[in-house]
Amino acid sequence: MTDERKTPPDLANGDECQRGDGVTMTRRGLFRSTFAAATSVALNGVQAAPAPTSAESRSHVPRVNNLVHISVTINGVAHRIEVRSDVTLLDLLREQLQLTGAKKGCNRGECGACTVMLDGRRVNSCFVLAATLEGRRVTTVEGLATGDSLHPVQRAFIKCDAFQCGFCTSGQIMSAVGCIEEGHTGSNVEIREWMSGNLCRCSAYPQIAAAVETASVELQGGAHGAV
Amino acid sequence: MEPFEYERVSSTGEALALASSSGSAFLAGGTELLNWMRIGIERPTKIIDIGRIESLSGIHETPSGALSIGALSKLNDIAQHPQVMRDYPVLSQSILKAASAQIRNLATIGGNPLQRVRCPYFRADEPTPCNKRVAGSGCAALHGFNEKHAIFGWTEDCVAVQPSDPAVSLAALDAVFITERSGGGRRIPARDFHVLPGENPAAHHRLGSGELITAVELPRAWPKSAYLKIRERESYEYATVSTAVALELDGDVITNARIALGSVAMRPWRLDETERRLVGQRLGSAGIKAAVDAGLVDARPLSRNGYKVVIARNAVLRTIDTAART
Repeated sequence: MTDERKTPPDLANGDECQRGDGVTMTRRGLFRSTFAAATSVALNGVQAAPAPTSAESRSHVPRVNNLVHISVTINGVAHRIEVRSDVTLLDLLREQLQLTGAKKGCNRGECGACTVMLDGRRVNSCFVLAATLEGRRVTTVEGLATGDSLHPVQRAFIKCDAFQCGFCTSGQIMSAVGCIEEGHTGSNVEIREWMSGNLCRCSAYPQIAAAVETASVELQGGAHGAV
Repeated sequence: MEPFEYERVSSTGEALALASSSGSAFLAGGTELLNWMRIGIERPTKIIDIGRIESLSGIHETPSGALSIGALSKLNDIAQHPQVMRDYPVLSQSILKAASAQIRNLATIGGNPLQRVRCPYFRADEPTPCNKRVAGSGCAALHGFNEKHAIFGWTEDCVAVQPSDPAVSLAALDAVFITERSGGGRRIPARDFHVLPGENPAAHHRLGSGELITAVELPRAWPKSAYLKIRERESYEYATVSTAVALELDGDVITNARIALGSVAMRPWRLDETERRLVGQRLGSAGIKAAVDAGLVDARPLSRNGYKVVIARNAVLRTIDTAART
């Protein structure tokens, strides 16, 4: 390299940049390579540790046998999957199966944005290790609609304006499906209590509760019992 | 999380055999264990999934008339079980006040009492003096932000509180944990299950390594019982103070009582003196207030939680009325 002081390339405005290894970088290229690296890291989380190619990388192979094979049905589709033991259902859905409806809001069971149905019951997918899923059934928000027909809960959320930024919405919808099936929609107070495991930073709570009530009336056929 | 082996078992025998190696942890609902692993509180190298052991589920009556609840019973299922709602309403109410519906669909009655303290110094990501994280490192909460901490049973080594709601009811109901371990299981009274810091500040509960709760037994029904959870939000939050009250009445005279306070100590705090003095008291009489005050006279607040004594007193008084009207 020469000792010239050069003006740094203005990547934001289309300048190109010569890397030391001869690769020409543009802004778009920088974003692409960053995304590819992140994806590669994420995928590594759900695959076996890569085979070592050198003595140095051999030290990064975990010394425990931590691969698990599971057969699990997701949205009606049977999957045979190999996962590392520490992968959660949330990461399996998002990173390996590209079912990004479930959201990672907190990754510690406090926000509900990751809510899915597991064997018909609503759960936080960040609390479920994928390894435990053998023989189980998972339903995510992607599995609610029938073809082009939205689920009544989805339609109610639209009709009742029950989302703003939309980040909590997948979890709210899955939780609402569970709440209705459990029969906990007898009153606005009961709905709010039984939906309290889903946080909404935009505070769409009144509209969410209205959507749950609306969908409940449709799904349970007529007036629900008010307590 | 650190790498770990995962094994699924189908019997308690298998589970105990695998647990004999050190560094193993049992997995049931996973609603605490996974967070411990994320924070670094626990780093098991082997996880033993007991979630499919069929003998650990189910609710049934024992020959002696006790109610036996399998350790793997999900919290939501227990709380909405008709016999629990009728004969042990305090337990049903305490469960439904806990966590969220999603968590209660995963969490089990055997795992719930094993949950650890919410003290922010214990749960901190950065190293902080905490004798439960690193034995001998001290207690940052003692002179720190201790608004949510203990008013009973604390020492300078630990002032944290046990946050479980169901555990408070189980202590009031004289419940017993049935355990299995190689060499023989045992029966541990719920009121003695958690360990006070004066005995061992690093400990949370009495279970040994490789010991498994298999069931919880409720010796007798208490249909006139109720749970009150006082907290800053109306739902989805741990208690500031909670109370479980169970009564027997003859007309409007109390003939028997069980009272436990939650989130005031490292274990549910039975008010034995109050229970004794309530016998023979008429509902609404001054003797009730005197009985409650007698149970709280040895409260020792910290620098920021004197308000808990007031709340505890009023919560018990209110819940005595609620339980009586059940």
